[in-house]
Amino acid sequence: MSARVEARLWVVQRATAAVLALCVVVHLATIIYAVRGGLSAAEILARTRGSFAWGSFYAVFVIAAAAHGSIGLRAVAMEWLGWGKGSAVALMLAVALTFVALGLRAVFAMVAS
Amino acid sequence: MEVKPLLVSVWRGGADGHFEEFEVPRRASQTVLDVVTFIQRHLDPTLAYRFACRVGMCGSCAMTVNGTPRWTCRTHVDKVAKAGRVEIGPLANMPVVRDLVADMREFFDKWARARGQFKPTATRHDEFVVVKPESRERREADAGIECIGCGVCYAACDVVKWKDTYLGPAALNRAWTLVNDVRDGGQRARLAAVAGDAGCHSCHTLMSCTRHCPKGISPTRSIAGLKRATLGVDPGEAP
Repeated sequence: MSARVEARLWVVQRATAAVLALCVVVHLATIIYAVRGGLSAAEILARTRGSFAWGSFYAVFVIAAAAHGSIGLRAVAMEWLGWGKGSAVALMLAVALTFVALGLRAVFAMVAS
Repeated sequence: MEVKPLLVSVWRGGADGHFEEFEVPRRASQTVLDVVTFIQRHLDPTLAYRFACRVGMCGSCAMTVNGTPRWTCRTHVDKVAKAGRVEIGPLANMPVVRDLVADMREFFDKWARARGQFKPTATRHDEFVVVKPESRERREADAGIECIGCGVCYAACDVVKWKDTYLGPAALNRAWTLVNDVRDGGQRARLAAVAGDAGCHSCHTLMSCTRHCPKGISPTRSIAGLKRATLGVDPGEAP
């Protein structure tokens, strides 16, 4: 892996960590607020459907989590499982794309369906 | 009251060696290096170990004392003995030559691989460069410059243990002092060398190096500085 790619992966993971710190706080606060009178799908959808704000918040959350987690898994695969760089990068990309696809599909279902 | 002798377990042989027990008389202000020297001079002249200055300057005498890497010349027995016993072995994360002597070749080769050599940009005909003591670069270099190359941080590092290509805390700390040397002309190649996947980005900030460095240096801080500095690495530069 070239020096430039290593440096960029590092900064992406750092930056997404900062985004996640904020997103997780908002997410947890929302959970506590949302379950105060019992949890129902109808109540959640009433809040999120058609909401551009919630849609963009969770889209950012999904992308940050996918990038952050997959870069970490690449390091885990190389250091702990002894994988080569090529297969570790393939794992990273596969995990990132899967998480982005699943996550954005869920966001879409929550906001636009 | 008579003081009981110290029971010392000393590593003998190579990687497949074993611990051998010795009894060493206690002395006031006795260091671990004093203990090893006593064994070699009075009990077993075949014991191999390495030392030079005896005053914490040369970085030769580091060993594993009760499982912890330490400079033995400045480690008092009173500080490390547990129930009158001390276990002394060669430094970890390096091949054992014999007894307490670890092979430091790879350790120092990594300094070279991290481009730890000063690359001058001026000749003897140029004026001296003025480096202000209060400048940021000078202060950053000062923070890491007192390294004596003892290998304690390298032996303490978990990343070195599981990734044998990792350059390690000492080599990266050296690179960081040079990155902050305004007279140096080798920065592009150096940053490219320390930004590869054997370099600063492999550090997980476990801080064992910082905890164990006998000189009170924080290689962790130096490595964090390198991580920031490598963001400007030229894409065309091969490590």
